[in-house]
Amino acid sequence: MRTLAVVASVVALVLTLFVPAVARADAVADIAARGELRWGGDLQGGAPYVFEDESGSGKIRGFEVEIADALASRLGVRARFVQNDWSNLVPALERGDFDLALNGLEDTPDRRSRILLGIPYFVYGETLAVRKGSKVRSLDELGGKRVATLNQTVAHDLLKVRPVTVVLYEGQQEPYFDLAQGRVDAVLLDHVIADLYGCPLKTVQCLPDDVARGVYVAGIRKDQPELKRAVDRHLSAMIADGALKAILGRYKLWDARQDELALRSAPALPAPSASSAVNVAPPEASVSDTKDLGAEPRPFDTAQAMLFLEGAGVTLFISVASFAIALPFGLFLALARIFGGTTARVLAVSYIEVFRGTPVLLQLYILYFGLAPVVRLGPFEAAILGLGLNYAAYEAEVHRGALLALPSGQGDAARSLGLSRLQALRHVLLPQSFRNALPALTNDFVALLKDSSLVSVITVVELTKRMTIAAVDLRDWVLPGLACAGLYFAMSFPLSRLSLCLERRLSHDSHPRLA
Amino acid sequence: MIRIRGLHKRFGERVVLDGVDAEAEEGSIVSIVGASGSGKSTLLRCLNGLIPFDRGTIEIAGFRLESGGTTPARELTRLRAAVGMVFQDLHLFPHLTVLENVTLAPRVVRGTPVRDAERDGRALLELVGLGDRASARPSELSGGQRQRVAIARALAQGASVLLLDEPTSALDPKLRKEVAMLLRDLAGGIGGDNEREKLTLVVVTHDHGLATDLGGVTWTFHAGRIVRPASDGTTTA
Repeated sequence: MRTLAVVASVVALVLTLFVPAVARADAVADIAARGELRWGGDLQGGAPYVFEDESGSGKIRGFEVEIADALASRLGVRARFVQNDWSNLVPALERGDFDLALNGLEDTPDRRSRILLGIPYFVYGETLAVRKGSKVRSLDELGGKRVATLNQTVAHDLLKVRPVTVVLYEGQQEPYFDLAQGRVDAVLLDHVIADLYGCPLKTVQCLPDDVARGVYVAGIRKDQPELKRAVDRHLSAMIADGALKAILGRYKLWDARQDELALRSAPALPAPSASSAVNVAPPEASVSDTKDLGAEPRPFDTAQAMLFLEGAGVTLFISVASFAIALPFGLFLALARIFGGTTARVLAVSYIEVFRGTPVLLQLYILYFGLAPVVRLGPFEAAILGLGLNYAAYEAEVHRGALLALPSGQGDAARSLGLSRLQALRHVLLPQSFRNALPALTNDFVALLKDSSLVSVITVVELTKRMTIAAVDLRDWVLPGLACAGLYFAMSFPLSRLSLCLERRLSHDSHPRLA
Repeated sequence: MIRIRGLHKRFGERVVLDGVDAEAEEGSIVSIVGASGSGKSTLLRCLNGLIPFDRGTIEIAGFRLESGGTTPARELTRLRAAVGMVFQDLHLFPHLTVLENVTLAPRVVRGTPVRDAERDGRALLELVGLGDRASARPSELSGGQRQRVAIARALAQGASVLLLDEPTSALDPKLRKEVAMLLRDLAGGIGGDNEREKLTLVVVTHDHGLATDLGGVTWTFHAGRIVRPASDGTTTA
């Protein structure tokens, strides 16, 4: 129990680091004094938002880069870009990592209640993309189908209240890739993303009418209303004097939708339209039932707890299944390396070095996205196989070490009794080496349990992903974080106890003694 | 009956056996003595088929081994059942009980049903004086007891030849005497049980006292050869 308490307090301490930030006296004065406007975005979002110059000079470009530069110069300072993971832009803003979040942030009731939002600088349409030849023409025809989008988007909010299976991605290219591969039936995302990554694909068809419209806005900390006023003033001026039109025009983003910008820049901002009616929703339309769209922070209720348990179940399932691959395959590699001929040895060593020497994240990407044209694996299969193949390389070395630690005479003795090589392994060497390997194997399984959170990049919602989703819904990192940590601990701790028991049961020699 | 003809074995550049010729009668006790590195242990391993040799032939327990390791695996398995081996370091299996150590080979190699293997195993343990330690782990036994387990294990498949490598090197003089007595008993028809085949013993040792206690013949090794024919003429050099 004491261990638990210590772990809980450490976790709580770490989590407080994520909790919102210190108040500032006057943000605009601060920025002026500092001489720079720090703004946050994610380069992974890519063109046309924020992306690195092709020249490789490290310079960044994008329409939001230019908007930030213009805002900064109108504030009389320089703009400084701060790279931040897109899904964590809002928490990072709250932490004070930058003054402005400016990266395709949509005006949602959720964000509105959490941070201050500037006036819109871009109007987008939600574009529904389907596979060529599909008969689907609207969201309503997608009942029971798998629809892909990004997490924390208006599109996600639109889909959540419909009878569809929502598949969440981290990057904007992957949903279209999977649409083409047939892993999902439709993709709902902003037209900017759709036009760039989806519609050009040969097997993808974008429906002409916007499913809904929304706007991109700058995010500002709640305690900095004076910064919001300054940003709004300068943006209004940029809309009025054509500076914004010039920027958007350079990126071929200026279209009829942007006519709404002037209307929407009125002081009282409407929430984005969430109407499923096709074509232009009137700008005044607001969402009546904001609860469904996550405007109010949700409590950590039984439903959330069930989702967490489900996430833990997914984590445990993936970990056990991939270890069930890693253990025997690793043993096979170890045996090939120790007892195999030259070819087998070279192959085993190469496999081990390659899989151990490259990131498992990369391996998952390659397995799921890279190999998709050849082998089309589902997310779960890819997750289990990817982790299994990676951990096999580690387990191979564990098995090898444990086998080499046995006195060579054990093998001789078995052979002298007439046992075949296989029989000697099966009855004499492996039972002993397995016992030697057990602590390291348990160690690796606990590591795997936590590494399994990586599979969220291939759309599997496991425990950690569930936690980040809940943290956004609940506007709280502490409770979901503790629940998540508690569940991981609840899975790994009994396991280490079990392994210790097993170790004792298999123990045949006394412990090594000193003195 | 053991007959060794022109046995040569080298490890890389080093010649370990340089033309060994020797014979031993069924039921006899042979002590092989000689300095460390003179090839004694290598010869023992050749006799059990654990390592191949370069030239010459070995006839042992009704099997014939040719040079170059050409003996088929199936034949080797049967040979090893008939020619038991006790290593200097014993190499008992620490994860198995004493009885399991003894019954492993009969069960796995010969497919003897567990019940029968255990009955025979217990009889063997009685024979070597360990009837009451069947369910102990090797780590719980004394040095002398472990030696007996190793002997029982080597005999469990009905061996007619028993090879022992330095069986008393880790034992005090009293235990050495006991082991010597046990070995003599075994050679003389196994515990007085005349129905059993007579056991031929080949014992590598540098303990001349043991060789004396055992009686029988002595082969003296020097530089890969047997240099002194035994008095009764069972060896030719």
